[in-house]
Amino acid sequence: MATAAAPNSKLQQSLALYQSTIGKKYVVAVTGAVLFLFTIGHMLGNLQIYLPNAQEALANYAKLLHASAELLWAVRIALLTCFVLHVVTIAQLYNLNRAARPQSYVMKTPTMSTYASRTMYLSGPILLFFVLYHLSHLTTGATHPSFVEMDPYHNLVTGFRQPMASLFYIIAMSMLGLHLTHGVWSMFQSMGFNHPRYRNGLRNFATAAAAIISLGNISIPVCVLLGILGKDLV
Amino acid sequence: MTLNSRIPTGPIEKAWESTKFNMKLVNPANKRKYHVIVVGTGLAGGACAASLGELGYNVTAFCFQDSPRRAHSIAAQGGINAAKNYRNDGDSIYRLFYDTLKGGDFRAREHNVYRLAQVSVNIIDQCVAQGVPFAREYGGTLANRSFGGAQVSRTFYARGQTGQQLLIGAYQALERQVASGQVKMLTRSEMVDLIVIDGKARGIVTRNLVTGKMDIHIADAVVMGTGGYGNVFYLSTNAKGSNVTASWRAYKRGALFANPCFTQIHPTCIPVSGEYQSKLTLMSESLRNDGRIWAPKQLGDKRSADQIPEGDRDYYLERMYPSFGNLAPRDISSRAAKRVCDEGRGVGETGLGVYLDFRDSIQRLGENTIRERYGNLFEIYERITGENPYKSPMRIFPAVHYTMGGLWVDYHLMSTIPGLFVLGEANFSDHGANRLGASALMQGLADGYFVAPYTITNYLADTKLEKVSADHIEAKGALENAEGITKRLLNAKGKKTVTQFHRELGKTIWDYCGMSRDEAGLKHAIGKVQELKEEFWKNVTVPGSGSDLNQQLENAGRVADFLELGELMCIDALDRNESCGGHFREEYQTSDGEAQRDDEKYSYVAAWEYKGEGAAPALNKEPLTFEYVKPAQRSYK
Amino acid sequence: MKLTLNVWRQSGPNTPGKMVKYDLPNVNEDMSFLEMLDVLNETLIAKSEEPVTFEHDCREGICGSCGFMINGKAHGGFPKTTVCQLHMRHYKDGDEIFIEPWRATAFPIVKDLMVNRSAFDRIIQAGGFISVPTGSAVDGNAIPIPKSNADRAMDAAQCIGCGACVASCTNASASLFTSAKIAHLNLLPQGQPEKLDRALKMVTVMNEEKFGSCTNLQECEATCPKGISIENIAIMNRHFVEASFMQRPAMSEGGAG
Ligand SMILES: Cc1cc2nc3c(=O)[nH]c(=O)nc-3n(C[C@H](O)[C@H](O)[C@H](O)COP(=O)(O)OP(=O)(O)OC[C@H]3O[C@@H](n4cnc5c(N)ncnc54)[C@H](O)[C@@H]3O)c2cc1C
Ligand code: HEM
Ligand code: HEM
Ligand code: SF4
Ligand code: F3S
Ligand code: FES
Repeated sequence: MATAAAPNSKLQQSLALYQSTIGKKYVVAVTGAVLFLFTIGHMLGNLQIYLPNAQEALANYAKLLHASAELLWAVRIALLTCFVLHVVTIAQLYNLNRAARPQSYVMKTPTMSTYASRTMYLSGPILLFFVLYHLSHLTTGATHPSFVEMDPYHNLVTGFRQPMASLFYIIAMSMLGLHLTHGVWSMFQSMGFNHPRYRNGLRNFATAAAAIISLGNISIPVCVLLGILGKDLV
Repeated sequence: MTLNSRIPTGPIEKAWESTKFNMKLVNPANKRKYHVIVVGTGLAGGACAASLGELGYNVTAFCFQDSPRRAHSIAAQGGINAAKNYRNDGDSIYRLFYDTLKGGDFRAREHNVYRLAQVSVNIIDQCVAQGVPFAREYGGTLANRSFGGAQVSRTFYARGQTGQQLLIGAYQALERQVASGQVKMLTRSEMVDLIVIDGKARGIVTRNLVTGKMDIHIADAVVMGTGGYGNVFYLSTNAKGSNVTASWRAYKRGALFANPCFTQIHPTCIPVSGEYQSKLTLMSESLRNDGRIWAPKQLGDKRSADQIPEGDRDYYLERMYPSFGNLAPRDISSRAAKRVCDEGRGVGETGLGVYLDFRDSIQRLGENTIRERYGNLFEIYERITGENPYKSPMRIFPAVHYTMGGLWVDYHLMSTIPGLFVLGEANFSDHGANRLGASALMQGLADGYFVAPYTITNYLADTKLEKVSADHIEAKGALENAEGITKRLLNAKGKKTVTQFHRELGKTIWDYCGMSRDEAGLKHAIGKVQELKEEFWKNVTVPGSGSDLNQQLENAGRVADFLELGELMCIDALDRNESCGGHFREEYQTSDGEAQRDDEKYSYVAAWEYKGEGAAPALNKEPLTFEYVKPAQRSYK
Repeated sequence: MKLTLNVWRQSGPNTPGKMVKYDLPNVNEDMSFLEMLDVLNETLIAKSEEPVTFEHDCREGICGSCGFMINGKAHGGFPKTTVCQLHMRHYKDGDEIFIEPWRATAFPIVKDLMVNRSAFDRIIQAGGFISVPTGSAVDGNAIPIPKSNADRAMDAAQCIGCGACVASCTNASASLFTSAKIAHLNLLPQGQPEKLDRALKMVTVMNEEKFGSCTNLQECEATCPKGISIENIAIMNRHFVEASFMQRPAMSEGGAG
């Protein structure tokens, strides 16, 4: 029979926390929240491409980010940690959940779950793949056709002129939208906040934030492809 | 056999207190050396097993469901009585005592009923402390409603799910003991025989319903809280699994069965819709507060309710019982409905139903008020019948609901077999010939939490118990007996299914030993049931094997016992030449059709003794005396 | 009406099972779903075949015994309805119906449509109670409870332990069941002394019993016959995390006496 004694030391307690499904979900939610905030900030940064002096603005922005190596790496490490924790924890939960129902139903019909919530395990991994590609594309330049260090404007415009790259960005950003539609609401529930009075409000907030982030980002490759952005670069 | 009911002497108010004081105790270190078996973990058995475990006894508890949380107690809707007088409306222990005794038509023991009223108060406290979410007032205090014709508001409730919440409370207390190791809970195990050694109950035989294996369990005392036997009627408001097997097999081992014919018919159930019907669903009696009951005046009036003008409607309860009207007690309104249908004025396809009409109260109070009061009941009704009761009147019909009879027990809740204690609906003790609403839950918990733990301790401390093992010849004999029954059932290999037999039995008992009985009918029924029993053993078909999960086999064993019980019910009803409570004999009624008691001749408990296969059971009488409440004719005119 | 049923038949926990097709020509629309299966079983017995095993008892939606998947939805997926309360008028002539048992590692199949839900009992054993010995209670009105709290506790306490939440959840999570009990007891003043301990222990056992985690899909809430809200899951999460950080180990108390 299962036993359940309260853990003793602080460390044991946190480990116990992480060993439980709820603790794991908490980790997913907290890291998810950090990633969510990052995507908002990042999108705002990216949208500077619509400013009249876009090339300069983006370069200054990049310089600002790179002003202090320590700070940059601190942020990078924090983000990376969150990202890794998010993904690793999700992978663990995924295995647990698979093991909880080894034999699937002959017929299963969803009643209340949303498309977004059911596809978290699809949108998530696509995002993982996207980020890896994205870093090699716009940060290191490894997969970029004509990468110029510290000139994001150039990199973006030339990068997105390749239809296949843009298409992948657009797909990935749609996935991000889906992921956040469920994720942002879910994160409150996982951290223990749910109240009938705010339930609909939170849902709407999550959907709106997800839509803004994904559409805001999608607009960039679309505008580049349509030739609206990057007229000055030949 | 002489029946010693061990009723204490002295003033009734002090009787339980002094009994407790005079009881022997078992010291804490010795408690764990005692092993007690509790069969049935509904309100009565569950509460008892939890309390015994807490005291330190080694307890093994059994139920046939997959979890103790599913016992039939869970279905009780209305509420539980307690003499708290929180409403300041003049309630008291004495009044609850009085009402229960009178409600039972003076066929219960005064001392038992008084004790029940006394401990009712503790039950509420105990349940609140366990976290039972009783309804509350805005000020945070407990809410009450009035129930079953009582003139005070003493019923505590948790929405329409009082039984559920009380059972969950007992279940949680039980699981706490299971976790601590004091109680071992064996679910999906059915008691199939009682082991009696040297005249004392020393164990049981169970069948593991998953593997089919029969096991011997030896103990120092056996407690049964195995519920009522209303399913002898096939159709009743009881859960499908409710059965008499445990009680019946104990009866065959020497425990007396008291007042088997006292059954309660509830007036407001949803009528039968067809042959396939498997059970009946209760609509809470509270509906009668705002609904008016009527039937068409003309015979065989096939018009729909809204086509029948006011002048052609017969509000028969209001007509016959002007002062109580639609709120007349259960037995009285049930019988009135039956009479109307017997006359051919029943409504619905089967002609077995009367209307419960909310038209007038909807006009008076508005649909919203009615929805607030009864919304969930209306929903249940619509779900089952597919009809909207806001638009057309509900159809209702009486249905078997509760059995007052059961194994005979003394004041200590011990049966005639020393060491066999019987609690809750399974015993006969506190409700006499008719039970008031909201008092079965009270009795189950009183027995389980507050009475049996004391009396069992006293028994253990006071009795010399030899060491016995599972190899004892009596234990082996009981095992063989149980295995024999299973084999016979499997080997009959006949043509009729168990359910077909059960339906036929139910119909016979309902027709002749139901809402009203008469001599000729009862005699006819006895013959019929005997024939059916004979046919059963020859012609029943039970598919599958005994060494596996086999629901047909489980059911067959239960129906076999119901067949025998049915006969005893008719014998008991035939013997009681009077009408009282749920027992209405056509021959004994007043000129205006009311039940006529015969206190001179029948103020006794009829306790039947098994005399062997084929032999007539022997009647033992426990005379009832009334020192505090003088019997009077009930009148609800 | 005439129906075609596809019923999962499996003779024991370790034997393989399969869907078996049955034609049922005479189904009355006033029958309950279980009565329809009773009719099927009577015809099977008449043909000397083994009847379909399914669990049931009260047949009025309160004991929580019954339950299986109907066309991929727990209890058939009708609002606040258990299969015993589901009537055939929701189906129409010629329908093909798929009937399968609950599926979860924690709910091994016993036979046909019957599963073993004793894991739920073990979750309750871990802390789903208030430790109050018989006879030691104070007066029922000694501690007033705000009506809204009592109502919320009652909302959660209505759970019938049927297992539909586990069955309908893609992750086979028992979060709704476990949280309903935690919320019921933790919302009441009587439940306070053991509040953190309860959350900690019940969740631990829930995990040990191999139920999946909650990804907030809400399938459970939608098919729960008692309409238990996933708000309770949030309460459980909160109390569990609080407990993980705040819980102090209990002192052992021996001593003479
Ligand atoms: C629809 C309905 C509504 C009701 N409403 C009310 C109400 O509002 N107020 C009120 O006071 N009363 C009400 N009653 C009556 C009340 O619910 C019951 O009388 C009471 O709950 C019986 O409790 P119990 O513990 O004696 O038996 P049960 O709850 O029936 O428990 C029987 C136990 O015995 C076990 N068992 C039986 N046979 C065996 C066996 N052979 N082997 C092993 N285990 C066995 C079962 O598994 C179960 O655990 C209602 C009854 C019904 C049918
Ligand atoms: C890259 C790989 C990723 C994978 C595999 C992944 C997967 C998941 C999964 C499966 C969930 C669980 C959903 C739930 O429990 O309700 C989740 C939650 C979440 N994810 Fe991701 N995700 C990834 C990246 C991201 C990114 C980049 C962000 C932010 C921009 C993000 C934000 C969130 C948020 C906010 C949640 C909600 C947390 C919660 O439900 O408690 N995820 N993720
Ligand atoms: C269309 C959408 C996006 C565009 C146009 C875009 C653009 C860029 C650019 C130009 C850089 C390089 C900045 C620099 O090195 O100065 C960058 C870096 C980065 N982007 Fe994006 N991005 C997009 C979406 C995303 C998303 C959805 C994520 C995460 C989920 C993400 C994560 C990152 C990260 C982690 C870096 C590296 C930051 C660092 O240097 O540490 N990006 N992005
Ligand atoms: S929470 Fe709902 S679905 Fe789950 S066991 Fe309880 S009643 Fe059934
Ligand atoms: S369906 Fe499953 S994922 Fe959570 S909200 Fe319900 S337990
Ligand atoms: S049989 Fe009891 S809930 Fe369905």
